Amino acid sequence: MNPVRTYFRNIWLALSSIAIGMRITFKHLFVRSVTVQYPDVKLKLPPRARNRLYVNMDDCIGCDQCAMACPVDCITIETIKSTPDQDLGVTSTGHKKRLHVPQFDIDIAKCCYCGLCVYPCPTECIVMTDVYEFSEFDRKNLIYNYSVMTPADIEEARAKLKKAEEEAAAKKAAAAAAPKPAPTPPPTPLDPK
Amino acid sequence: MELLQLLGLETNLLTIIIVSALPLVFILLYALVTLYLEMKVSAHIQDRVAYMRTGWHGVLQPFADILKLLQKEDTVPTAADRFLFKLAPFIVFAATYAGFAVIPFSSVYIGSNINLGVFFMIAASSLVVIGILMGGWASNNKWSIFGAFRSAAQMISYEIPIALGVLIAVMITESLNLQEVTQFQSGGIQNWVVFGGPLPLTQKLLLLPFTILTFFILFIASIAEVNRTPFDLAEAESELVQGFNTEYSGMRFAMFYLAEYANMFLVSAVVVSLFLGGWSSPFGTALSGPLWDLFWFVAKGMFLVFMQIWIRWTLPRLRVDQLMYTSWKVLIPFLFLCVFAVGLILVL
Repeated sequence: MNPVRTYFRNIWLALSSIAIGMRITFKHLFVRSVTVQYPDVKLKLPPRARNRLYVNMDDCIGCDQCAMACPVDCITIETIKSTPDQDLGVTSTGHKKRLHVPQFDIDIAKCCYCGLCVYPCPTECIVMTDVYEFSEFDRKNLIYNYSVMTPADIEEARAKLKKAEEEAAAKKAAAAAAPKPAPTPPPTPLDPK
Repeated sequence: MELLQLLGLETNLLTIIIVSALPLVFILLYALVTLYLEMKVSAHIQDRVAYMRTGWHGVLQPFADILKLLQKEDTVPTAADRFLFKLAPFIVFAATYAGFAVIPFSSVYIGSNINLGVFFMIAASSLVVIGILMGGWASNNKWSIFGAFRSAAQMISYEIPIALGVLIAVMITESLNLQEVTQFQSGGIQNWVVFGGPLPLTQKLLLLPFTILTFFILFIASIAEVNRTPFDLAEAESELVQGFNTEYSGMRFAMFYLAEYANMFLVSAVVVSLFLGGWSSPFGTALSGPLWDLFWFVAKGMFLVFMQIWIRWTLPRLRVDQLMYTSWKVLIPFLFLCVFAVGLILVL
């Protein structure tokens, strides 16, 4: 193009585009701002938002599947077997509870909010909630202890289990000491079982 | 010194010092307002809200910012030239403040009623370059020196369009004294130099396109003179961290900041005095008087400051070559045309 024309065209383009830009910014001065004044106003989270974990211990059967699913090992579960004379009740989903759960700790500082622990739970007792404001000054406070058993409860459950085991062992020993009934034939390799 | 007579005070050293410190009081108040204005305008242009938690809509935030800067440690880099490093912010601010000496804030207030007013203002504000170069050099930091060099190159290039723009207004008003320039334009909006000044109608109409063009060019050049976006190459955050003031902290940084804001008003004040009638009321003798004059002057100045902020948050930064192109190949030729045309019209 003719250099003179290019020169004036450039000036015209510069001025007109500045005018367009300034008109847009001026319009935006009066557009309602999109800022949410966060601590005062909170947006509703989507229904399946993954934030703080919650465990409903009434429903936990101590199956340890959530701890195994956790990719960062932030769930620590300890269990104590119950004795046949104890009835720990049933969960709301109809599962019979057979284990005491003296320790169910979630280190939420390690948690990566993947939600993988939620799916394997057979009783749906571990869930993601929409709570996200739980910062702490001490990292230790981020280890949540969900177990509802008191130390006395734990002691009692351990003692009962020990007693039951001792009784079982004694019974076994007694059975071993007793004279054997007719010897059973040894299993053959071809025994169709 | 008309102010002293008006207030019935005798002229002695004390009153003179108090009266000459008035622009400083104005600058400090204005800087608080403009800090807030800049943040709010920028936020609303981007559909945000800016400060909301310090006082009503965050009006106390500028005070909080200044308090923070006051408390900060005044650090000097080990390898810096201590003397120059510490001196630079004061030179920048003092040079800017010197420019305020010849600005007529009101019909009764002008710091120094000298007959070379605008000339002095241009000379004094050129000293700002020395301060910036000093700060950049003394910091002993490559980004700072880059920023300072760019700033020097830019400010020297843009002195020329400013000088030519001022020259055109001076040709029409036939005075370098801003008080006289303002008085020349009094009598209503139609007498402002941007609309041709109080000349016979034919001359006025002939002058009109050239004065409007000169006003816009002078305004563009004044933005470059104060190193603001789109001409903020001196402190290009994305390339040079913060340019010449990277190494400064605390009150010294605040001095640079204050000088930048004071400079914004200074250049606006000059443009207002030369082209927009200075302190004279746009309605002739209505709404005029010493305090109304101050109001009109500050209102017109703040309007141009708002324009500067508006442009800052609209346009991206120019490249160095584009900056030089704009000055030397666009603004200056057009101003030469204007000088020629205005001269011819005034002679005829």
